[in-house]
Amino acid sequence: MTSVKIISKDSKDKIKTEEKVVTAKVEVKKDETNNKIVLPGDVLVESIDFLAGYGTYREGKKIYSKVLGILRKQEHAISVIPFSGLYMPKAGDFIIGEVVYIGYSNWKVDFGCPYDATLPMSGIPEFIENGADLTRYYKRGDLIFALVDSATKGMIIQLSLKDRRTRKLFGGKVIKVPSQKVPRIIGKSGTMISQIKDKTGCIINVGQNGWIWIKGDNEALATEAIQMINKMSHKSGLTDTIAKFLNKGAGKNIAEDKKNE
Amino acid sequence: MASNVPKKYEKLIVNGKRLDGRKLDELRPTKIEVGIIPSADGSAYVEVGKTKVMAAVHGPKEMFPRHMMNEDRAVLNVRYAMLPFSTSDRIRPGPSRRSNEISKVARHALESVIFLEEYPTMGIDLTLDVIQADAGTRATAITAGAVALAHAGIPMKGLVAATAMGKIDGKLAVDLNGPEDNFGDTDMPFAMVSTNKDITLLQMDGDFTPDEFKKALSMAKKAIEPIFEEQRKALLRYHE
Repeated sequence: MTSVKIISKDSKDKIKTEEKVVTAKVEVKKDETNNKIVLPGDVLVESIDFLAGYGTYREGKKIYSKVLGILRKQEHAISVIPFSGLYMPKAGDFIIGEVVYIGYSNWKVDFGCPYDATLPMSGIPEFIENGADLTRYYKRGDLIFALVDSATKGMIIQLSLKDRRTRKLFGGKVIKVPSQKVPRIIGKSGTMISQIKDKTGCIINVGQNGWIWIKGDNEALATEAIQMINKMSHKSGLTDTIAKFLNKGAGKNIAEDKKNE
Repeated sequence: MASNVPKKYEKLIVNGKRLDGRKLDELRPTKIEVGIIPSADGSAYVEVGKTKVMAAVHGPKEMFPRHMMNEDRAVLNVRYAMLPFSTSDRIRPGPSRRSNEISKVARHALESVIFLEEYPTMGIDLTLDVIQADAGTRATAITAGAVALAHAGIPMKGLVAATAMGKIDGKLAVDLNGPEDNFGDTDMPFAMVSTNKDITLLQMDGDFTPDEFKKALSMAKKAIEPIFEEQRKALLRYHE
């Protein structure tokens, strides 16, 4: 019974990957100047028709790159995705953090930024009685998937757990990648991350800060896939490469399972 | 001990060529490597002739010491040091008058290109260690520092490269080496931004006539271009 199910799954996946290959090829043809590595100070475009996006700055007519990264040219906007650098929280981001300190009426959360974020008592959905011990809700070392409620320029960051998507993370493990790689790990409309989830059967939460929480039997395979994306993030056709890798890995695991049986 | 005493040269230019066979407007062979220190956020190693410098960036991170913190911009903290074994005479480790001065001028040379206002209250540490010194250490350190900052992903207006201009045997020459620096007449370190060609470092030890100074400046501007090219190649090579 089980083997039949697996075969049917595999064949479906094959069809899926074939579709993806086609779309990837079209993408490459569309933008030749895209995906180019640029350095700080490189002139990206000399026109006032473009909007200077993330990682760029304008001086007169020219738009320059601010960082070392990959050029992303859209119809009317130009931006550079840096290879490395610090994650700066923005209101509305979902991040993964670790509770490091319990205050009188708040928790302090470390999420890989030089300054810790604050999770106030009013930021959690549970009702807290007057004078209750805050460690009953979140204690030191707990992992949370939280929403950045507000982030000021002076690095005062407030978190919230009232959003439907936020939660406390039980078990599993966290791997840390540069936050710039997160869009690549998620993929276009989530294709990359959903294929990793599908093929490894793991539950994965990706924080915008580059912390990724994985839980499941196939943690090792999922970790390896994510590290692969991290290393090859500036290459094209990555979804396909990862699909191939996961197919191999998944096959291995099925074989192992059979042995164990 | 006799080997430690620098040899006195009669002439620094023989048959129109310098002691190491270079032309007057020729740089020493330059080699740049990126990412040599994995534990740092950004790092670079630069070799200009016999001068070797290692640069490492840590941060942006929480500013330390706290009282130096700036509410609306990051603080760049540069530490230049000649390592004890970098010259023939051992150098006493720790800050000295000279290293404090160079740390300060290197900071000024690099600070103006960094978008420090993007990281308020934070600090960026840049360490410039001279492994081997053969003249032009501050210029080489600035070249290395700029590459390390770019590798760390810190937003910058452009790269900064530096070299030195000098006068040897009464003639203007680019990028002096050890003996030329010791027995030449003038040494003028010079740093420039790749984009708008702003000069961010200009010091002079010795003397130039106004005409010589103007000529030296234009020579330096031309001579510095290959260093920008090397910086670019090194950063691209790292990410291939």
